[in-house]
Amino acid sequence: MEYSEKVMDHFMNPRNVGEIEDASGIGQVGNVKCGDIMKVYLKIEDGRIEDAKFKTFGCGAAVATSSMATELVKGRTVQEALEVTNKAVMEALDGLPPVKVHCSCLAEEALHAALWDYAEKNGIVIEGLKPPVADVEELHHIEE
Amino acid sequence: MSTKIYMDNAATTPVRDEVLEAVLPYFKEKYGNASSIYSIAKESKKALEEARGKVAKAIGAKPEEIYFTAGGSESDNLALRGVAEAYAHKGNHIITTKIEHHAILHTAEYLEKHGVEVTYLPVDEYGCVCPTDVEKAIRPETVLISVMFANNEIGTIQPIAEIGEIAKKHGVLFHTDAVQAVGHVPIDVEKMQIDLLSISGHKLGAPKGIGAIYIRKGTKVTPLIFGGAQEKKQRAGTENIPGIVGLGKAVELAEAEMEETTERLVSLRDKLIYGILEAVPYSRLNGHPQDRLPGNCNISFSYIEGESLLLLLDALGIAASSGSACTSGSLDPSHVLMAIGLPHETAHGSLRLTLDRQNTEEEVDFILEKLPPIVQRLRDMSPLYEEAMKQQKQ
Repeated sequence: MEYSEKVMDHFMNPRNVGEIEDASGIGQVGNVKCGDIMKVYLKIEDGRIEDAKFKTFGCGAAVATSSMATELVKGRTVQEALEVTNKAVMEALDGLPPVKVHCSCLAEEALHAALWDYAEKNGIVIEGLKPPVADVEELHHIEE
Repeated sequence: MSTKIYMDNAATTPVRDEVLEAVLPYFKEKYGNASSIYSIAKESKKALEEARGKVAKAIGAKPEEIYFTAGGSESDNLALRGVAEAYAHKGNHIITTKIEHHAILHTAEYLEKHGVEVTYLPVDEYGCVCPTDVEKAIRPETVLISVMFANNEIGTIQPIAEIGEIAKKHGVLFHTDAVQAVGHVPIDVEKMQIDLLSISGHKLGAPKGIGAIYIRKGTKVTPLIFGGAQEKKQRAGTENIPGIVGLGKAVELAEAEMEETTERLVSLRDKLIYGILEAVPYSRLNGHPQDRLPGNCNISFSYIEGESLLLLLDALGIAASSGSACTSGSLDPSHVLMAIGLPHETAHGSLRLTLDRQNTEEEVDFILEKLPPIVQRLRDMSPLYEEAMKQQKQ
């Protein structure tokens, strides 16, 4: 198993690590059981993503996909952000080893969860956005 | 970045200079088939028997009780399948543990599909098998007990002599996977009442692709590989003479140097273990503090994941391993770390550093300097760490 140069670059020098104090939407997906947890913070103004940050517990691919996914959504509208799929993240990273593809799915889910949180807080509907699939309940259960 | 510090000696070791020198003539000059009759073949035959004697001596066995194989996995497969089949008339129950190498576990699972019942014994928090548990698990139909000598991940050394005594008392055969132990800790198959024992060459400075199995005289083991009459028909195939010579030489050297090497490694290992535990908060030692392999250091760091840690260490030229799911190629962390009761998140954040002869105190110091900031860097990125720190403040 070997990572592409882009994956290694985004792992060694991850972009957008951190938190946003007054985030418009926060999404956390994954669980400690499988070993990947991503938390995405979005700052959204006038329907546009002004800033995106993340914190990730996980492997090299998990960190790199978090980094790339946050890079890709910055400056985009909420609707455009939905186009940042796991496939788009993977392509932007020049691919992932087959066993790591699920990491890119997690990045997409974390983004969607943050957008869902934003939509709920603001009472709006984002067309085409489904509720987060990751079981966040399970995460808290294990931590306790 | 090329590897500057190799601390994954439980995965494999470099071939020792003395071993390489000993094996080279057997590729191009002394290439004869040991089964043939002419002079050049006799040299191969002589080398084969000399190596057999060296391996036997190292574990207190007789030369005729040593059979060469292609490695530790083959020896483990042979022990379990060979005994299960040869003693099927006597019973269909095997006792092993939850922390065995996959060469044992997957063979046991295969046997389960073919009518054999297997008991997988638990271990305590240090990874020790309790001899009383072994005795309680014995049934009238039990034909084999297989307990590893020392664990490859957490280094815990099992109470082999006690288990051997129990096996003997109940008339059950006793196999031990000693792949991590041979050449590293003292072994005596007579005193420890071991009936079968697996050996691997590349864990002690011999080449890859060579191993051996000790089978006590009188023990029946159905072969895995049929063909010629090599190894008294126990294992067909033209003997890997260079590999065998290498294994003999490596075992001989390891035995002669064991006391001195152990003393040096234990001191380096403990400096590494306690240095890390002191420098990195929320870290814990995995495995037994004393009853562990001289070169094994296995530590879990809470809130971070092992593969990330390995990548950052590799960027500094340090080669190590981890029991995280991401490094095992599955979604579950190491079965050994789960068996000692670690929660998932702690098992994912494990780091194994295994030292051997070539490692130095400077290397240990380098790791003690570089590792703590790497762990902190990953924690600063971790939502689990963030949450734990917030909870602490409250």
